[in-house]
Amino acid sequence: MKLMKTLATAALALGMAGGAFADGHAKTKVGFVYVGPVGDGGWTYEHDIGRKAVEEAFGDKVETVYVENVAEGPDSERVMTQMALDGADLIFTTSFGYMDPTNNVAAKFPDVKFEHATGYKRLHPNVSTYSARFYEGRAVQGHIAGKMTKSNIIGYIASFPIPEVIRGINSAYLHASKVNPDVEFKIIWVYTWFDPAKEADAAKALIDQGADVVLQHTDSTAPQAAAEEAGGVITFGQASDMFEYAPFPRVTSIIDNWSPYYIARTKAVMDGTWESVDTWDGMPTGMVEMGEITDAVPEDVKAEAEAMIAAITSGEYHPFTGPINKQDGTPWLAEGEVSEDGPLLGMNFYIEGVTGEIPQ
Amino acid sequence: MDLGAISLTLLIATLMAAATPILFAAIGEMIVEKAGVLNLGVEGMMITGAVCGFVVTIETGQPYLGFIAGAVGAAALSLLFAFLTQVTLANQVASGLALTLFGLGLSSLIGQSYVGLKPERTPDLFPESMADIPVLGPILFGHDLILYLGLLLVIAVWVFLKYARAGLVLRSVGENHDAAHALGYKVVRIRTLAIVFGGACAGMGGAYLSLVRVPQWTEGMTAGIGWIALALVVFASWKPGRVLLGAYLFGGLDQLQLRLQGAGVAIPVEYLAMSPYVITIVVLVILSAFRTGAPASLGRTFHASG
Repeated sequence: MKLMKTLATAALALGMAGGAFADGHAKTKVGFVYVGPVGDGGWTYEHDIGRKAVEEAFGDKVETVYVENVAEGPDSERVMTQMALDGADLIFTTSFGYMDPTNNVAAKFPDVKFEHATGYKRLHPNVSTYSARFYEGRAVQGHIAGKMTKSNIIGYIASFPIPEVIRGINSAYLHASKVNPDVEFKIIWVYTWFDPAKEADAAKALIDQGADVVLQHTDSTAPQAAAEEAGGVITFGQASDMFEYAPFPRVTSIIDNWSPYYIARTKAVMDGTWESVDTWDGMPTGMVEMGEITDAVPEDVKAEAEAMIAAITSGEYHPFTGPINKQDGTPWLAEGEVSEDGPLLGMNFYIEGVTGEIPQ
Repeated sequence: MDLGAISLTLLIATLMAAATPILFAAIGEMIVEKAGVLNLGVEGMMITGAVCGFVVTIETGQPYLGFIAGAVGAAALSLLFAFLTQVTLANQVASGLALTLFGLGLSSLIGQSYVGLKPERTPDLFPESMADIPVLGPILFGHDLILYLGLLLVIAVWVFLKYARAGLVLRSVGENHDAAHALGYKVVRIRTLAIVFGGACAGMGGAYLSLVRVPQWTEGMTAGIGWIALALVVFASWKPGRVLLGAYLFGGLDQLQLRLQGAGVAIPVEYLAMSPYVITIVVLVILSAFRTGAPASLGRTFHASG
């Protein structure tokens, strides 16, 4: 029985990654490795829109392949290797947990270009990293959440304790507490990017404990459905617009727009001008967009949120502008001081006012 | 830390709903395994049930029709498995895995134009005034018909296996198919019926996921629940009561760890998150000291030539 299970799991993993490759190498071949299904309605869905944009932009000159539901960690290495062996010229690996596998595979295929999303390791000249400044969107969410909560309890469904997620929590809390000092964040770590049932359970647990705003850093729309079912709870679209839950509970959203970046990088490979770079763009370049703010948000709050979006887009305002203390009360940023990118990229601490500990 | 924020009543009420998909799938798979067939396609059948139930509910506006459609859809898929393993005598493990992969693919195909839609809400069985009774109300009366059906199913399966002649026949087929055949029982027919029953149960569980627990359709939304249901059958050592206990235990620990986090308890949540699996291992070790209760013909192919 046990052996059968092991075999079963192995065969399943093999089967999942096996399909979907075709050969032929006259075209530029671009591969995408996804952590969830393309139909998740969130994170992977938006990356796949980027992939389709690449196909649209270059037509016959490009061929794209993707493998979905690839587990983070060693298994992803096998999927990337297979893509490289099948003649991919450029491979986008679109989840944080692919960081080491991407660099490992890149070492073995120096002629293939690798682009890793949301990571920071570029150990080889054929590895680039790219990410979006989601925390800019979190600032807007925090502002709206702080203004609109009645229970002063804001629930946060967090995925993994990595800098990207912690940054989002800090940014949201900072801007919520700025407009509402009584606000309290309840944070639940679910240790998954995509598991609709678990995301829904987490949302319900938060709502049962009094949260009337639920923020999520997971990929499916399940928390939106749970909030709608409960009634009177506000949510925000994550990674994608999730407009099907507008105007309520979803009152606005952070939309990741990868298309321009994917098109530019594919072009660079075609032209032979591709170089290892570290890209971290946000609202100014349109990599982070905010979805329509619905009428469920009061006029004045909506106006303030839009003003904040405009200020971030123009570069006038940085969400991490001091004074900000760390959770233990030690000063981090002085009055008016703007955080450098370094501390943000490696952020592993809560700011003052956030309760609880970051799981290690 | 604020333990007062955790309502035990709500915790129990939630875990009952959370455990229902696993309960359905596991009780169905238990019958299949009792008949001597190992169907690893639970995940595929569940997600097929989830999408069929969802689509029919959207189209008709009737959640109960949706549940029936979920059961029928998954049962139809399980017929494919029955054909492969009982008629063509294909390997059960490989066929089951194929069924899971096929089900995952088929469901995302069917569900493509249903992403983002909202199904009709499945009504609660009892009037709201009963569910509002303090403490016991939400636990005993705050659920939909299907959840109670799941509990009745556990009792029915228990009675069937223990007291019904047909249940005895089913078990004999699972223990020694050659002997059962020699006695004149139709091994292939009985196993096929068991497989279809297992498929229908998995489909109900899947539909519960897409219609009640998450209320939406998302590709791949079962996210491994089918595999947990398979483990649960072993955990329960093929006994209906323990399937129920195991489903509530697994579901309960998961709900508890989410709620403890919300209440700001500073215990490492990893321990609670892995506790269901640790318990399974411990139970398996304890069971190995006794008779395991696995049907003797489990996973073996039957051919009338013996």
